Amino acid sequence: MLRIENLCVDYGLRRVLHDVSLNVQSGEVVALIGPNGAGKSTLIRTVSGVVPARSGHVHTNGDDFRSLTHIQRARYLAVVPQAVSLPPAFTVWETVLLGRTPYLGFLGQPSQADEDLARRALERVHALEFAERRVGELSGGEAQRVLLARALCQSTPILLLDEPTAHLDLQYQVSLLQLVYELAHHDHLAVLVALHDLNLAAHYADRVALLVGGRIKAIGAPREVLTSELISDAYCLPVQVVEHPLSGGPLVLPG
Amino acid sequence: MKPTPFFLVLLALGLALILSLAIGSVFLSPVELWDALRGQGIQTAMQILWDIRLPRTVLVALTGAALGGSGAAYQGLFRNPLADPFLIGVASGAGLGAVIAMSVKWPYSFWGLMAIPMAAFVAALLTVFIVYFLARVGQTVPTTNLILAGVAFSSFATSLTSFLMLRSTGEVRRALGWLLGGASQSGWTAIIAMTPYLIIGLGILTLSGHALNLLQFGDDQAQQLGLNVGRAKTVMLIAASLATAAAVAFSGIIGFIGLIVPHVMRLWFGADYRRLLPLSIIGGAIALLVSDVIARVVLAPQEIPVGIVTALAGAPFFLWVLRRTKNQGFW
Repeated sequence: MLRIENLCVDYGLRRVLHDVSLNVQSGEVVALIGPNGAGKSTLIRTVSGVVPARSGHVHTNGDDFRSLTHIQRARYLAVVPQAVSLPPAFTVWETVLLGRTPYLGFLGQPSQADEDLARRALERVHALEFAERRVGELSGGEAQRVLLARALCQSTPILLLDEPTAHLDLQYQVSLLQLVYELAHHDHLAVLVALHDLNLAAHYADRVALLVGGRIKAIGAPREVLTSELISDAYCLPVQVVEHPLSGGPLVLPG
Repeated sequence: MKPTPFFLVLLALGLALILSLAIGSVFLSPVELWDALRGQGIQTAMQILWDIRLPRTVLVALTGAALGGSGAAYQGLFRNPLADPFLIGVASGAGLGAVIAMSVKWPYSFWGLMAIPMAAFVAALLTVFIVYFLARVGQTVPTTNLILAGVAFSSFATSLTSFLMLRSTGEVRRALGWLLGGASQSGWTAIIAMTPYLIIGLGILTLSGHALNLLQFGDDQAQQLGLNVGRAKTVMLIAASLATAAAVAFSGIIGFIGLIVPHVMRLWFGADYRRLLPLSIIGGAIALLVSDVIARVVLAPQEIPVGIVTALAGAPFFLWVLRRTKNQGFW
């Protein structure tokens, strides 16, 4: 569904992404892991069209993203950003409805159908009960759910998430990723999610891509990528990988 | 969109208009006003209304509308609660442009009058871009940077303006009173010359509410939601500067209307710019009409420049907003 081919990105004279290639199929979650500064956010921003690529392509269904308008692109691909500095005076409802932007007319007046979609998106993330609250009053976990609802409102086949669990308590991390997993496996979205936590990545992703220094070092099933050699090398830290007592998946421990 | 806020502000606008028409050196009662409006009253009342009060009231209302609308747009564009055409230097820049145009000896004609707002507009746009690039840090425009750059550029433009005025005579020297923000340059011609700028500028801004809503979430998110951010920002900056320039060219530099009005509207009616922009336009007209009435009566029979009234009310308000945003504000 989402095909990233030989993507190179420069910040000024510095190359931050080298020849990155990555596919995400409909119905799967691909976790993007790697140390700080590896280029996870840059990759997401480039794929979403915010940062221009130096070379390479992003395709979906044969459409090259570069030939699409902003609105067309926003119908293919939605992004869940980190919930930092949201404009506090907007209500949750107003925020989520903005997800309908690529389908609205010039004045941005939503129809009844748009409002129904927004309501369903809020239900999906269990946020309907605080729809009238202002986003400035929300906790980190609530704000992140609202942003996910806004992305769902875009009705796109592709969903990108940039470290959606950063700054969240464990129970919110788990419930958010559980929802993301369902979106891929029940709603058949193609999901690419940048994650800090290797064990959450191992648990919820179908495949894991390890990004180090702007290059893809490894890509595959969690147990193929989350090995003590690859992770120790990428993070410059000795780690042990043991088996999860319940799921049998890999569990990364420092030491 | 609920009709109630619009009903309330339109009601207030009506009251402010009546107040502005009635109060002055000669008080016109509502009955006298009504007769004069229909062209049936006594001669003096008719003259006062049609030649003095009405053009002045219309000019003040249009100026206030321009300042309120462009203030709301600048706040949204810079994502900064303290952006105001006066505080970010755009008004002073436009004033400089207008004075430069005045010091050229235009033939006193309709086109000469049109040249002044055009020069003000060009200068206003230049100011926006200069202040924006001075204040910008990466993708954001920090409040302090914006105000500092605005103040610095503003004093630069003001001193150049004073210099131009001092070395000139007659016509331009009279502009001094005008620059302080008194709607003394009244008359129907000014209104006719101003209107096209306002219709274009405020019209574009009124239609830009949704884009401004998106921009409140930052450039990245706005673009990911489907907005052509670069184009939208450019169009809105031009529109806001057009409105500011028209206001300055015909009514002088009047501060704080563009700061106070959008804030009050946001507090009362919420942050949605599709509503906030038209409300700030109407609210700006109300606020400046009331300020102008105060300027007329406070030292009657003498008038004080309306810019003094707005600054006296606005500066404390500015400090209050500053405090509020410091303590993780509402904005």
